[in-house]
Amino acid sequence: MSEPLAYAAVEAIARGTYGRLVAYLASRAGDVAGAEDALSDAFAAALERWPADGVPDKPEAWLLHVARNRMIDAARRSQVRQNSERLLLHLAEEARKVAATHEQFPDERLKLLFVCAHPAIDPAARTPLMLQTVLGLDAARIAAAFLVSPAAMGQRLVRVKAKIREAAIPFRVPGPREWDERVPFVLDAIYSAYTTGWEHLAEAWSAHRGLAEEAISLGRTLVQLLPSEPEARGLLALMLHCEARRAARHTSRGEFVPLDAQDPALWSRPMMAEAEAHLRSAAAFQRMGRYQLEAAIQSIHAQRAATGRIDWREILLLYEGLVRIAPGIGALAGRAVALAQADGPAAGFAALEEIPAGRVVNYQPYWAARGHLLQLLGRKDEARSAFGRAASLTDDPALRVYLLQRTADRH
Amino acid sequence: MKYALLVYESEEAFNRRDEQAVAAGRAYGEALQAAGVLIGGAGLGSPDTATTLSVRDGRRQIHDGPYAETKEYLAGLGLIDVPDLDAALEWAARHPAAGYAKVEIRPLLGCLFPGGSGKSS
Repeated sequence: MSEPLAYAAVEAIARGTYGRLVAYLASRAGDVAGAEDALSDAFAAALERWPADGVPDKPEAWLLHVARNRMIDAARRSQVRQNSERLLLHLAEEARKVAATHEQFPDERLKLLFVCAHPAIDPAARTPLMLQTVLGLDAARIAAAFLVSPAAMGQRLVRVKAKIREAAIPFRVPGPREWDERVPFVLDAIYSAYTTGWEHLAEAWSAHRGLAEEAISLGRTLVQLLPSEPEARGLLALMLHCEARRAARHTSRGEFVPLDAQDPALWSRPMMAEAEAHLRSAAAFQRMGRYQLEAAIQSIHAQRAATGRIDWREILLLYEGLVRIAPGIGALAGRAVALAQADGPAAGFAALEEIPAGRVVNYQPYWAARGHLLQLLGRKDEARSAFGRAASLTDDPALRVYLLQRTADRH
Repeated sequence: MKYALLVYESEEAFNRRDEQAVAAGRAYGEALQAAGVLIGGAGLGSPDTATTLSVRDGRRQIHDGPYAETKEYLAGLGLIDVPDLDAALEWAARHPAAGYAKVEIRPLLGCLFPGGSGKSS
């Protein structure tokens, strides 16, 4: 077999099944770092052997076989972990069975996702940990996306993986009683990857780009793994609706275009259709949740492509539901804007004024909304200063330019 | 997997301890025992009764009071043996002080030395 072919085979597996391989090994050994180390040894062995011996019949089983041998060796060298060897021998037995029969090895990515988003894990590390272990993104890329140095991100990831092992965080899918408490952590970590990517779409050079797509593929994985959790579909629908507008969000010169002013012809129809399909199947479960509501709000905006208008009354209703179950600052500000559209700027502004001042100090969308409503009320000086405040709170250059232009609005 | 459950209480909570709290603590210990997960544990006396020692250059340095003057003090500890962190969290959540104090869960390292010199249980 030629070297390029063998390399291509290794690369395809690394891209396609890395997360499944790590999840399988880590869940058996209770050790993410150990699983990753063993797996990278196995990939190195494959790069060495496959060009000469040919790609094995079942390459994943071959990799698992090599990796579990590495893990058993490592467990024998370490004296601290008395129990692990027994576990690993069990793993070896399983890996042998997978290789001997033609069974697929079990998909344990869901357990891995629940470990990554376990409440005992540092919240700042949850999303990076998912990206690294489930999608196989390298630490340098994750570091760039989260605006920290590769060394700092590397350290953070090493620390959480050690905690998973030392504190024995279990690889399990939570039972029904813990379900509602634990699922949001997984959803939030995925959404946080998406928003980190989304906020920086304007910067062509930004390392954030691409993170939005990775988040969507995590979202798809989650829907696959949790077919009967409506909120997983809600989250995916929300991300797809936002992603559908990627091309419309900036002019060809890179200027920011707010949602209401976007040209719907530029929105991606296939993504919108996929989002709607997920939202419909989520609704069938009749278990409303934060992500379904947020996706439904985006769905009303999306209808403008067909009807040419925005049903603000409907959006307001959805925001009322949202602030009841998840009264985040974004939901409260969104509700105020919807109220202004439905019942006039004075009503909207009053709702905005009810949000406690301490919560909005650094929240850019609040100040932009405030500027907008003050402008509608004809309070120009106050509007100008609110837009100025909003502009100073964003790190997106295109959005900053847009907000600064609004400080000069004359209408 | 063995864990320590370390209960941290504010000084006020410490001073409010009454018979009811003591009874609740005892019942909790009995529940742990009945489940077969208890290695040992106890409530601690107030920080006023603490003495702190260190040895430097072969000399003992002893001072009155707890290790650190903080707003919250270690008020009790339990050692348990359960399958994993989720099981430990489950037990920590049932601790009678969990509703007003904080329970820190820490894995124990290596082997545990059994005692056996306790005069009463």
